[in-house]
Amino acid sequence: MAILVVSENWGGNFKKSTYEAVSYANEIAKQMGTSTTALSIGNVSNETLQSLGKYGATKVLHAQHDKLNNFNVQVYASVIAEAAKKEGSQLIILSNTFAGKSLSPRVAMKLQAGLVTDAIALPSSVSPFVVRRKIFSGKAFSNVELTTAVKILALAPNSFHLVEANASATIENFTPSFNDADFVSQHKEFKKAGGAISITEAEVVISGGRGLKGPENWGMVEDLAKILSAGTACSKPVADMGWRPHHEHVGQTGIAIAPNLYIAIGISGAIQHLAGVNSSKVMVAINNDPEAPFFKAADYGIVGDAFEIVPKLIEAFKEYKSSLN
Amino acid sequence: MKILVCISSVPDTTSKISFKDSSTFNADGIQFIINPNDEFGLTKALHIKEAGAATITVINVGLADTEPVIRKALAIGADDAIRINAQPTDAFFVATEIAAIAKQNNYDIIFAGKESIDYNGGMVAGMLGELLSVPSYTPCVGMELQATSVTVECLVDGGKEVQTSKLPVVVGGQKGLVEEKDLRIPNMRGIMSARTKPLQVVQPSASAHHELYKGFELPPAKAGCKMVSKDDVKELVNLLHKEAKVI
Repeated sequence: MAILVVSENWGGNFKKSTYEAVSYANEIAKQMGTSTTALSIGNVSNETLQSLGKYGATKVLHAQHDKLNNFNVQVYASVIAEAAKKEGSQLIILSNTFAGKSLSPRVAMKLQAGLVTDAIALPSSVSPFVVRRKIFSGKAFSNVELTTAVKILALAPNSFHLVEANASATIENFTPSFNDADFVSQHKEFKKAGGAISITEAEVVISGGRGLKGPENWGMVEDLAKILSAGTACSKPVADMGWRPHHEHVGQTGIAIAPNLYIAIGISGAIQHLAGVNSSKVMVAINNDPEAPFFKAADYGIVGDAFEIVPKLIEAFKEYKSSLN
Repeated sequence: MKILVCISSVPDTTSKISFKDSSTFNADGIQFIINPNDEFGLTKALHIKEAGAATITVINVGLADTEPVIRKALAIGADDAIRINAQPTDAFFVATEIAAIAKQNNYDIIFAGKESIDYNGGMVAGMLGELLSVPSYTPCVGMELQATSVTVECLVDGGKEVQTSKLPVVVGGQKGLVEEKDLRIPNMRGIMSARTKPLQVVQPSASAHHELYKGFELPPAKAGCKMVSKDDVKELVNLLHKEAKVI
């Protein structure tokens, strides 16, 4: 009856979103008087698996097999469903990452489970089971009741804090019964994204818009990002004009992000842009137009020329960083 | 080649969202459009049709008020349409209804958006893939079709995963599948011909529901933007550290 939480490893390491999901699962487990079992698919060292215990997993099912070396949505969904049945889990938690978004609906169908994606808080009640999620691209929220026996939640990254439980996890090898029909899709290659830091995971994102006048002026955006260990993003027109790659486009038709800090430079703040970034905890707008709509949505603003402000900001952050040492 | 494109009717991207008595979406003055993520799939289907032979069917789960959006898809170039006459209450219901139609018709490719821009559930593509026991690729940002197979690029955390599969497949579209400049505006000839293209209305096959939406809320109003002088950017660093505590 344990809650099953699905961990995600990339190159053998867990990301923060996985520890958030384990913390979240364990808080619900306390509420429901049960324990937390984590599932790990792929090659991960025992030491790294143990780290799931730190956030409350008392058992880790480790599915390790040559057939699991590359992500395959059908195969992975079957493994998760099988693990859930083995554990008798009535509640399964995933992260609402790209992998979690593609896996969770398939697992839900296999288990005839109700599913809430983009969950942003602990269930407000477990009977009936009600969870809050974002809708209308973050322009509103809704409380959703799941009416099924088995339930699945996909937790929005960076919406739940880490909670240390310091449990010790028992690691158990789990060999799933593979189904040949799942192996239709073949892995060809993985193309690593150009930027050093993925914007869906970054805690700080620096974003540039048309106000920067041309791709040659992105050096200062990158310099600022480097100091803050931030990811770099851009507005839609910038991606459409080919100044920056499409995978940096955040907004309604691009990628939705939820960092702790979002700094928008030379972006007016059209409603379609805000739809992709309004889940950021704190937003800063830098724009030379005092009437730019972004100033209505931002927490902090500076009116002025980006070419004058950003270099000063770089110096100020550098000074701040060196004061920490 | 038979292609099915699932479309949702959603409020325009510029809509101001509000609710009536916190339980009903306020549609007053709202312009409805084809869900942008679905439109990328529809446009890709048109490219496939133009590069070879294909028929494109669009399908929508909705009441009669979604027909203008269905007609727009026909005006852009889809050949025929199916409307399942029901309120699309949750993804499980929508996917089950669409899968029931898909099973009768052996489509080679089914496009659905990576998510609708109203409820953002992002579940229909994956659920359809599961119900039809075929791969589901979402969010898909690139697709090349061979005779009986397909190579796709999907976003994964930290990059793109390239995979190949025989048909049929389900594709959860987003920008990248085609570019924004590829999207089409219906011309007069298209609009005229759309009026006579077949739009079949079928009754739902009574699927169950798994998720109940219980009331809506708007985010709390922002406290207001704190302005910092451009001559004192150090103050911003200070505020982000001491007040906002994000650095």
